[in-house]
Amino acid sequence: MTELYQELGLTEDEYRDIIRILGREPNKVELGMYSLMWSEHCSYKSSKMALSQLPTRASYVLQGPGENAGIIDIGGGLAVAFKMESHNHPSAVEPYQGAATGIGGIVRDIFTMGARPIACLDPLRFGDPDKARTRYLLSGVVAGIAGYGNCLGIPTVGGDIYFDQCYDENPLVNVMCVGLMSKEAIIRGQARGVGNAVVLIGNRTGRDGIGGASILASQEFDETSQEKRPSVQVGDPFTEKLLIEACLELLEKDLLVGLQDLGAAGISCACSETAARGNVGMQVNLERVPLREEMEPFEIMISESQERMLAVVEPDKLEEVLEICKRWGLNVVIIGEVTEGDLLEIDWYGEKVAEVPASTLASGPVYDRPAERPDYIDEVQSYDMDKLEHPEDYNQVLLDLVGGPNLCDKRWVYEQYDHMIQLNTVVYPGSDAAVLRVKGTSKALAISCDGNSRYVYLDPYLGTQIVVAEAARNVVAAGGVPMAMTNCLNFGSPERSDIFWQFREAVRGLADAARFMEIPVVSGNVSFYNESYGEAIYPTPVVGMVGLIGNMANRLTIGFPEEGLAVVMLGETKEELGGSEYLKRVHGLVAGKPPSLDLRMEKNVQATCIEAIRLGLIKSAHDCSEGGAAVALLECCCAGGVGASLEVDEGASPIYWLFSESQSRFVVTIEDKDLPFLEELAVKRDVPYTVLGRTTGGRLKINDWIDLAIEDMNGSREEALDKILAGGTKD
Amino acid sequence: MRFGVVIFPGSNCEVDCYHVIDRVLGMDVEYIWHQDTDVSSYDCLVLPGGFSYGDYLRCGAIARFSPVMEAVKEYAQGGGLVIGICNGFQILLEAGLLPGAMLQNTSLHFICRFVDLKVENAATPWTNRGEQGQVLSIPINHYEGNYVADKATHRKLVEEGRVILRYCDQKGEVTAKANPNGALDNIAGICNEGFNVFGLMPHPERAAENILGSTDGLVIWESVMAHFEEKR
Repeated sequence: MTELYQELGLTEDEYRDIIRILGREPNKVELGMYSLMWSEHCSYKSSKMALSQLPTRASYVLQGPGENAGIIDIGGGLAVAFKMESHNHPSAVEPYQGAATGIGGIVRDIFTMGARPIACLDPLRFGDPDKARTRYLLSGVVAGIAGYGNCLGIPTVGGDIYFDQCYDENPLVNVMCVGLMSKEAIIRGQARGVGNAVVLIGNRTGRDGIGGASILASQEFDETSQEKRPSVQVGDPFTEKLLIEACLELLEKDLLVGLQDLGAAGISCACSETAARGNVGMQVNLERVPLREEMEPFEIMISESQERMLAVVEPDKLEEVLEICKRWGLNVVIIGEVTEGDLLEIDWYGEKVAEVPASTLASGPVYDRPAERPDYIDEVQSYDMDKLEHPEDYNQVLLDLVGGPNLCDKRWVYEQYDHMIQLNTVVYPGSDAAVLRVKGTSKALAISCDGNSRYVYLDPYLGTQIVVAEAARNVVAAGGVPMAMTNCLNFGSPERSDIFWQFREAVRGLADAARFMEIPVVSGNVSFYNESYGEAIYPTPVVGMVGLIGNMANRLTIGFPEEGLAVVMLGETKEELGGSEYLKRVHGLVAGKPPSLDLRMEKNVQATCIEAIRLGLIKSAHDCSEGGAAVALLECCCAGGVGASLEVDEGASPIYWLFSESQSRFVVTIEDKDLPFLEELAVKRDVPYTVLGRTTGGRLKINDWIDLAIEDMNGSREEALDKILAGGTKD
Repeated sequence: MRFGVVIFPGSNCEVDCYHVIDRVLGMDVEYIWHQDTDVSSYDCLVLPGGFSYGDYLRCGAIARFSPVMEAVKEYAQGGGLVIGICNGFQILLEAGLLPGAMLQNTSLHFICRFVDLKVENAATPWTNRGEQGQVLSIPINHYEGNYVADKATHRKLVEEGRVILRYCDQKGEVTAKANPNGALDNIAGICNEGFNVFGLMPHPERAAENILGSTDGLVIWESVMAHFEEKR
């Protein structure tokens, strides 16, 4: 048995704990169950302590972390469920299926709560675009998201993509799903009522995805990783689509006591978590599980075959449940029942193959890992910017920035996703946030995902605060009030003190920013062990922000809508090149300190912007972020097809004014007659306010620094991804 | 006028079609389950987009064996109005109600975006509210929309005015560059000999409200309504 527990990824201490809990040696099935449930992926054993400091409450939060998804009240009897997750390791090993099953998993998390999934967003990170492996991963991941998500009829409306060599071997595939529901329809992943039936719905169980959570998700990568391909599950979106419809019908007819999806750790996880949440036990006859192939109990318990759901049903409603599932063409079997006590008992043709307290599976060990500030931080932060020689052809620099993989047009990606189905997408991809109308109301949701990992690498605490601030700013630019967020925290191995320090600092930054901006964290996910050959990725916290637009007529896009409008900058441009895209693209440097962030100023700038939008003063809004004011202005011109002529601070250093990534800034357009009102709103909150010039013609002109035609700017940004994918670029 | 929207397992645009018929057009509409066998009470049948049976085989190849398809065939042969959108078009091809077949897009990518479409025949039940040569902006959303047919079929379609919509540029020029998927002769939509069965790859239900970016899809919906009124 010694070898087996190690093979399954358990430590000696953990193995001893299991013996202590059971009062005996575990058998193979039990060991398999513990190894998965106590894996980092399922138990959050290294992150739990840090995460406890996150603010999770607000008057409108109906469900915080701990369930399958967080839920907020948006008024009028409606609620929104959402969560983000990672599927990094499976996607590194098999990009198409890895990404596809990532979508499948997060979508199940949402309809498990009783919500109809209305949107997906996918933050992706890939390695050096010059590498063939990056192109293979990018093509496969995008095709996998499209192949699965499009089939389900859920629009993929947003996300973001960044390239950096730190993701060469270990790409990040984060997936977020948002669902809409009636407030009354919330159902939890809970088993209740002794004697109630435990019903398994959906796909047959097979050997795919055996040990995904422990073998794939909770270990670093090395040369044996490709051999882990059998641990990647295979997706069947058709069955998932039927599952969505069947489950939502079961919930609508109020036929279920509890509902839980089978994801990581399969039946082990679904049974133990539902039983633990409901403080009950569960008895399962494992031989009843429909199989694709001959399997032994150990394998059935830990298989991560996709598209399966576990429902808890009162006996008198069983018949109707079975009937509905069959009408949708789904397998449905009663595999067990809810029992008194807290034992999870697994039988195989009448023989007991496992008997463990459910709560001990669901609440694994908790580790306070050692954390130590890594040396690189001082080194990168103290880089002497003054010695840099800056180019003088700013037009060329600007074209080069937007022709690079990070800031180019991402049409190649989002046009492979059905981003329109369900007829709610009223701001299409390519703006600061996706906007979805809520049919039957005047409301809309603004949703954005953000996560600049370069900032976080340079300063995990400050960098993560910026991630939160920027996500909120994007929602505000679309006209939304940020309501709540989810996140996915992607890091290296928590067993390394330098990595764990990054993690702790990042979570502290997340918590402080969330608390100050009064935006609760209602769900989230941690992905550790994003390392390969001993090298960790940049610490990459990604935030998914959901905001509410009270009146959808107030929604905004980034594009300059017409000529003759005043172009105004809210916020202040400082001399901050640290961590900038300019520094990386032009000088090949990742150095300095991230731009400074004053959370009070951030809040004031956002409040000014949202108030002006509500008053109907503003015609377009765009936040200034990667690439600085120059890139933001270029994007406004390209999106609207209208140029601008701007005269800005002559005394400023052009490189700083154009490419500094100072935070807490918006570029907005407004009619001249409304300028005094906007100024008043800005002054009231001490927000710097500068009229830059006017929208006009088909060129972007900034002093004598920038003078470019929209078609040339478009040309540069539109070709970039095509060139990269053709393998014809050389950075 | 009463519409029926057929749901196959894996259909996913049925709710959108229902929404537009009900909320935008203000017409009667009901869902038809794929196992139903009587469709005689409807004035127009809609085969919506989606991935019937997952489209794991050729698109529409399994859906055509659904019990409802026998009834749809009978309905169409009796002159009933049938529109197949995207996967619905693919099913009509597989069922033999329209000629030709679909290949994968030449880019080998799924494509979701607005395209421009030229109305090639405005004298049909589906386009009578449009004008000959009018350019419509309507989204496409498919992986297999690369229409093919043999030469004789193609010639017949063209000669009989049964090519209803072609991919074009903003000015209405039918060019190779404006062809998003490689379809033969830029064909985006065709009719049967009786013009009562219409299949098209673009999604007119996605272009029926200003807030979604275009109302050009209404030309198709309102045409069939006008045709029905006239006939009655």
